[in-house]
Amino acid sequence: MLYWITMLLLCQWLGELAATASGLPVPGPVIGMILLLAFLLWRGEEPPDLARVADGLLNHLALLFVPAGVGVVAHLALLQAQWQPIAAALLVSTVATVLVTGWVMQRLMRKRD
Amino acid sequence: MDLQSLWVYLAARPLSALLFTLLAYQAGLWLYERSGRRTWCNPVLIAVLLLGGLLKLSGTDYRTYFEGAQFVHFLLGPATVALAVPIYRQWRAVRQSIGAIAMALTCGSATAITSALLVGWAAGATPAVLASLAPKSVTTPIAMSLAEYGGGLVSLTAVLVIVTGILGAMVGPPLLDLIRVRDPHARGLALGAAAHGIGTARAVQESAAAAAFAGLAIGLNGLATALLLPWVYALFF
Repeated sequence: MLYWITMLLLCQWLGELAATASGLPVPGPVIGMILLLAFLLWRGEEPPDLARVADGLLNHLALLFVPAGVGVVAHLALLQAQWQPIAAALLVSTVATVLVTGWVMQRLMRKRD
Repeated sequence: MDLQSLWVYLAARPLSALLFTLLAYQAGLWLYERSGRRTWCNPVLIAVLLLGGLLKLSGTDYRTYFEGAQFVHFLLGPATVALAVPIYRQWRAVRQSIGAIAMALTCGSATAITSALLVGWAAGATPAVLASLAPKSVTTPIAMSLAEYGGGLVSLTAVLVIVTGILGAMVGPPLLDLIRVRDPHARGLALGAAAHGIGTARAVQESAAAAAFAGLAIGLNGLATALLLPWVYALFF
């Protein structure tokens, strides 16, 4: 277990390093995700202990957004000045993005089958 | 020590912030389960409202709270790395549908950017707010650097990203039901593209395939948005 927790942190660390060194606007953890995926593909199987660590983290992924979410309450003043255009844009755009992405993907997947 | 000073003492402890974060989230989860897993009963939203109210009532500032809550926040990094595991499990499906994924994400990303800009502009948003709105569907670090590029307010973007995530996790699944998108790959991709990590957290509850495609969509949508944004700005401004 400890071995794979260390591995996750190592991938993130290497990712942060690559992000900083390259100056690309890609977050370190996303590069770390690609590194771990490459490692798994190279290994060709999923270590059970890694699966336990990953599933443990991902089952409570929503919890991890709570501290940043509380920041929204602290920064409500930022929204106040222009809350109407912001609310309209967020609502319409989020609905449209879900519908377009889901619909296009399902159509293309069906075509392939 | 009287009660007031005891409270002041406790509120400044990292342990209190950590404990109350976990308690509020579990209260959110409990309500979510009680509601029959309705998406509008979003556990993140409930926890955020409870904790926001608690901070207001106790007069604790966000920075003091975050000193304890950062231990939870920190895990976002390793959790993002861990998304490689569900993607690996679905690797065969990912490889087979790589063209569909690219196409759907390009359409989704273009929709997210242009619809936010158009509606915001029509409703009278200032240019700085528009530039903060444009990257709102992307995961926070990417969104912040993209907002900066367009002359937006970085702190406002960070807030908009979180609100979008919660909103997407709440309205996403019922909308997908409505247009009969039942394919788990398509559902996951849509949730990840529209609502990044918070949408992915919701997709994890739906199925393994949805979780993998949502995780994939976080990274790829960030890439698509970074590539598309300069073009859209060139058209708009």
